[in-house]
Amino acid sequence: MRKFILWSMLACLLIAGGVSYFASSSPDGLERVAHDKGFAGKASETAKLPAPMPDYSVPGVRNRFLSGALAGIAGTVAVFGLSVAVGWALRSRKRMRETG
Amino acid sequence: MHIPDGFLSTEVWAPLDVVAAGALGVCIKVSQKHLDERNVPLMGVMGAFIFAAQMLNFPVLAGTSGHFVGSILAASLLGPFTASIVMSAVLIVQCLLLQDGGLTALGANIVNMALIATLLASPLYAGIQRLVPGDKGRFVGLFVAAWASIVLSSAACAIELAASGTVPLKAALPAMVGVHALIGVFEGTITVVVVRFVAAVRPDILSLQKV
Repeated sequence: MRKFILWSMLACLLIAGGVSYFASSSPDGLERVAHDKGFAGKASETAKLPAPMPDYSVPGVRNRFLSGALAGIAGTVAVFGLSVAVGWALRSRKRMRETG
Repeated sequence: MHIPDGFLSTEVWAPLDVVAAGALGVCIKVSQKHLDERNVPLMGVMGAFIFAAQMLNFPVLAGTSGHFVGSILAASLLGPFTASIVMSAVLIVQCLLLQDGGLTALGANIVNMALIATLLASPLYAGIQRLVPGDKGRFVGLFVAAWASIVLSSAACAIELAASGTVPLKAALPAMVGVHALIGVFEGTITVVVVRFVAAVRPDILSLQKV
C-alpha cells in the first residue's frame, strides 16, 4: 500500500505542479453562464477572507509557471494533510470507543 | 462550479452553511463508526488526486471549460460518507488557501459538490450494479452516477442562484444543466478510466471497507 500511496502522491504533485500549467483558461461552466446571463459582476471583488495564494498563484513569485506550481503543490499537500488528519482523528476516536 | 461570494443572497448561503455543517457532522459520525485504518492513507491520496485533477480545466465548448469533480470516484473507493468528508476537505482548502469558491458560499459549494454529488448520486451506482451484474454493471453504474453527480450539483447551483434573485431560474437552469450535461460525460469517462486503472494495479483497494 505504501508504494501505491507514494507513487500516487507523486503523480498528484506532478499534475498539480506541472500539468496544470497547460490547463484551459476558459471560464468554467458556472462562470460562462454568469457571463452569458449577466450576473458575473456580482462576484465580490474583495475577498471575505484574504487567502495566501489567491487564484492558484503565489504573490511575489514572478514566474507564472513557478507561481502556479507552488500553489498547486501547496494545495495538494494541504488537502492530503487535512484528509489524513480527519481520518486519523476518526480512527482514534473509534479506537477509544472500542477500548473505553 | 465553485460559487464565489456575491452570487448568493444571505437568505440562501447562511442556511446552506448550517446544512453543510450539520450534514458533515452526520457523515463524520457514520464514517467514524466503520472507518478502517487502511482507509486513512487512501483518504489522503483521494483528496490529493481530486484537488490536483480539479486544476486541469479542459475545453468543452468554444469559450467554456470544464473540470473533473471526482465525487463518485471518491465514493466508489471510500464509500459515500467518507467521500463527502474528503470532498469537503478539498473545497475547504480551495476556499481558504486559494480563494477558489467564496467563504460565505462554502456551505453551498459543499452541499453541491460534496453532499449532493456523493450522497444522491451514489445510490444510482449501487442500483445500476444490482440491475446489471459484473464489471459491465460497475462501469455503466460509475459512468451514469458520475454524470448524474455533475448534472444534479449544477441544477442545485442554478436553484440556489435563482433563489438568491441573482438570475431567473428559467435562464439559469437550462444553461447550467445544459453545459454540465456535457461536462458530465467527461466526468463519467474519467471516473471509469481511473477506477479501471485502480482495479488493474491494486484491486485490493476496491475491496476495502467503504463507509
